Amino acid sequence: MTDSPQTVGSRTAGSPIPQLTDPRVIRAVELVWQEADLLDRKEYQTWQELYAEDAYYVVPIDAATEDFADTLNMVYDDARMRRMRVTRMTEGYSIAAVDAARTVRTVSRFVPVEVLADEVTLRSAQVVVAYKRGRHDVWAGEVTHRISLSESGDRIALKVVRLIDSEDAVPAAGFLL
Amino acid sequence: MNAPFTSENIHELAPPDLVQADRVAGRMYTDPEIFELEMTKIFERTWVWVAHESELPKAGSFKSTFVGRQPVIVARDRKGRVNALVNRCRHRGASLCEQKTGQVNGFTCPYHAWSYGLDGALRGIPYPDGYEGVMEKGEMGLKKLRTESYGGMVFATFDDGIEPLEDFLGDVKLWIDRFMKQGGGYPLKVLGTHQFRFRGNWKIQLENTTDGYHFPIVHRSWMASVDAETAGMMSFMTDPAAVTHNLGNGHSVAQMVPEHSDLDIDDGSEPLQPRFASLVTELKSAGLGDTGIRKLVRAMHGTGFNLNLFPNVSMSISFLRVLRPVSVDETLIEHVALGPDGPADIVAPVNRERLRIHEHFQGPFGFGTPDDAEGWDRVQRGAQGAPDMPIMVNRGLTRETPSPEGWATSHVTDETGMRAAYDKWKRMMSDD
Repeated sequence: MTDSPQTVGSRTAGSPIPQLTDPRVIRAVELVWQEADLLDRKEYQTWQELYAEDAYYVVPIDAATEDFADTLNMVYDDARMRRMRVTRMTEGYSIAAVDAARTVRTVSRFVPVEVLADEVTLRSAQVVVAYKRGRHDVWAGEVTHRISLSESGDRIALKVVRLIDSEDAVPAAGFLL
Repeated sequence: MNAPFTSENIHELAPPDLVQADRVAGRMYTDPEIFELEMTKIFERTWVWVAHESELPKAGSFKSTFVGRQPVIVARDRKGRVNALVNRCRHRGASLCEQKTGQVNGFTCPYHAWSYGLDGALRGIPYPDGYEGVMEKGEMGLKKLRTESYGGMVFATFDDGIEPLEDFLGDVKLWIDRFMKQGGGYPLKVLGTHQFRFRGNWKIQLENTTDGYHFPIVHRSWMASVDAETAGMMSFMTDPAAVTHNLGNGHSVAQMVPEHSDLDIDDGSEPLQPRFASLVTELKSAGLGDTGIRKLVRAMHGTGFNLNLFPNVSMSISFLRVLRPVSVDETLIEHVALGPDGPADIVAPVNRERLRIHEHFQGPFGFGTPDDAEGWDRVQRGAQGAPDMPIMVNRGLTRETPSPEGWATSHVTDETGMRAAYDKWKRMMSDD
């Protein structure tokens, strides 16, 4: 039994392959790019508001799993953990966050996985370059976003960042992916 | 010899002279020659932790890891024995296995297909006619380390001459027994492993698990994010019952939450934390009685202590912290999450909670680990300065007294455990 959010949606048989030019996909891509910009600028409070209340933000270790609740992750945040994480990143107690690396990230190679009337699931490639004290670290990963579309504002319903080296050692981070 | 460190002598002193009763030299973190000596004099001459038995559940289970810098495979053979084998083909030296864990019948070199059994014996060589009269197959097995275990903790050593593992552990065994009680009546199993690197010497990490003094400072961010009961549980700074014992052989135990040191001792007065209320309901509906539930839930945060084993593993509250020296200024750390192994309807909900507690503090994006790593990076950078100025490990020196068991004991915020580890380091680095 598990309440893990699933990243792979099922497309109805016979439905057309989603196009990048679909207006719903464009809305989703805009939100993903807005998120990337907020994270690089460390505007965590605004970043958190992009998420739906029941959304999960996950950085798994196991490259293959969809069962995040029953496995160990680097990040497995519901709304409560996200709020505490944003507090941690901004309140000034965390010496890693206070002296965090500067980051620049590129999110691209979008693949629409599923496009529904009110929801888009997108895969993308993300490369984050983090610079701190004379050293550049590369954090490359495959990202899945599920975006809820709504008149009242599009929201991230799920984000999963699968680092290509998630099963190996990575640096301890003072920023978010 | 206890010559004061000076700018004239600090680069000349022999490694053992860099450790004094209350101080060590920063050169111990920064000198690549000392690091090379440590790899042979320490990591190849003592018991190094390599696995928990739950990682090797059946014949053919293996994990690849390291003893010091040397790659090893730890595998369970068909007779049930655990073997630690150097991960290097006897032919031309290629690594045999690049998978972290798995299930195999044996190991075959990808280069020329020499194949080995789970016990390291050489089984097959393609086109063997070229070796007729050249070598004996029976003498060409994988290099095997001595392997022994206690309480599910598997250790290996390159040194056939050192004492048996149980003698090396000595009084540590009692504390390993206590640590395992957090299974709440079930054996422990590995649930998952976080891995991260920091740019600093391995001994900075070795010190940290016995450093109660840093906790409320470095981990203020974590303390601010947990519920009041958990924060209160970790408020040991002014608790006189919170003490560290020097257990000998470089080992020590830091009791942060002494009332949880022996989880079998329970007068029933301690309420279970309200955050686990829904877990209790779930366990009840799985048919577990009140006593069984209390044992599991009271142990959700683990034991009350960090048991620090020289040189590479700490049994830390609820998990294992394993260090691997990479170079003089780089160390790899594993945080191994543990939980009870039993019927799924009972242990699955318990372990989901344990995973969330582990993720909250540990790992590269935890609320604790990145702040530790920042502190350690800063030690490595700062220790480059004024090499004649010592690293101080003198906290609580005058209030250290023997416990009834004969263990040198002081407050948990004192540096008793570091002094224990450095005393062992000094003795091992003095051996020829």
